[in-house]
Amino acid sequence: MDKDRTMFGEFIKGFVRVNPLLVLMVGLCSALAISTKVESCIFMGLAVIFVLSCSNVIIASIRKFIPDQIRIPIYIVVIASFVTIVDLTLKTMPAVYERLGVWIPLIVVNCIILARAEGYASGATVPHALMDGLGIGLGYTCVLLIMSVFRELLGTGEIEMFNTTIISLGTKKMPVILILFPGAFITYALLSALLQWYQDRRKPKEGEG
Amino acid sequence: MNEAWRFFLLFFGAAVVANILLIRFIALCPFFGVSNSLDTSLGMSISVIFVMVMATSVSWIAWNYVLQPLGVGEFLYIPAFILVIASLVQFVEMVIKKTSPPLYRAMGIYLPLITTNCAVLAAATESVKPGFFTKLNIPYNYGFVESVIYTLGVAVGFSLVLIIFAALRERLELAPIPKFFRGVPIAFITAALFSLAFMGFAGMFNL
Repeated sequence: MDKDRTMFGEFIKGFVRVNPLLVLMVGLCSALAISTKVESCIFMGLAVIFVLSCSNVIIASIRKFIPDQIRIPIYIVVIASFVTIVDLTLKTMPAVYERLGVWIPLIVVNCIILARAEGYASGATVPHALMDGLGIGLGYTCVLLIMSVFRELLGTGEIEMFNTTIISLGTKKMPVILILFPGAFITYALLSALLQWYQDRRKPKEGEG
Repeated sequence: MNEAWRFFLLFFGAAVVANILLIRFIALCPFFGVSNSLDTSLGMSISVIFVMVMATSVSWIAWNYVLQPLGVGEFLYIPAFILVIASLVQFVEMVIKKTSPPLYRAMGIYLPLITTNCAVLAAATESVKPGFFTKLNIPYNYGFVESVIYTLGVAVGFSLVLIIFAALRERLELAPIPKFFRGVPIAFITAALFSLAFMGFAGMFNL
């Protein structure tokens, strides 16, 4: 397997094949909670991409010096340092910081990042780990954007970003439930069912017909 | 407001009105991971209540007596709290293993999982560090007792939903479900209906 680990392959796999949200089912909490607004999703996605690629690179580069017994605390300290950088940076934007709230410190325990550190970066070279971090981070962001566009557009009738309306359906009579809490679960259930349908269609011979 | 009544509101608000799983979407990974059977979710619930209350108590002490006096709380709270939680979990695991083997068999496998349960870090951060407390319409002064009661509420809310949901999912196994909705999607649809029911509490304290 190791031979066909191309850079591009490592990058692209995070979108569908090992998509963190839909396939690995990690990092769900933040995705469901903040996908009410496209704008917050962009910031959250950027934060996760940054933390994931940086911690992947650091962990991959020091992996030979980490004693096996205390690797988890070391990973967490590395991740926590990058999360602190993001936390302090986002504090300069009070509106965004208020909306993301407790989710920024919670990136530390976001299972995506620890799962990639433990499952991938601890046994990969630095460039591969960087590509993996970028790919998985972008895969997360993509699903986040799909969910938030669906929920914000259909829940409120318009998409608003940086105080300007980007798309408007011209009506306010929309199913508000999508923007409320159950909407997050429903949106994710639909996406997940869609993925099951897609995977089923790709291997028609294995099904019962 | 009567002090005892305020504490009750704080507990009730954290447990039901702003339920950590269904209203705030924190700690969903262990929720969907262990809610397959009633037994495992009972074990997980007991461990979570225990660890969360301890984690908040230690984080409160760390924030008020170490981080704040040294003036480093603002940029060291994330590593400090997570290290507190990780070492606490390890410590609790060792103590239980030595003192009560039956309890260790019941709780043992869930303890390491709790380190990455975001509810523990969320409850500790919210109830200890000013600036994160949820918008419950209840006066909150960041005292020790309040932090513990709030955390207890969060943990009980987590357990309540986890146990009810596990019972639901056991029934769901036998239900006729459309092909592509089997497994994960139907669990989420159930959670959506469940969350809808919990939203009924939302008006209670003007959340």
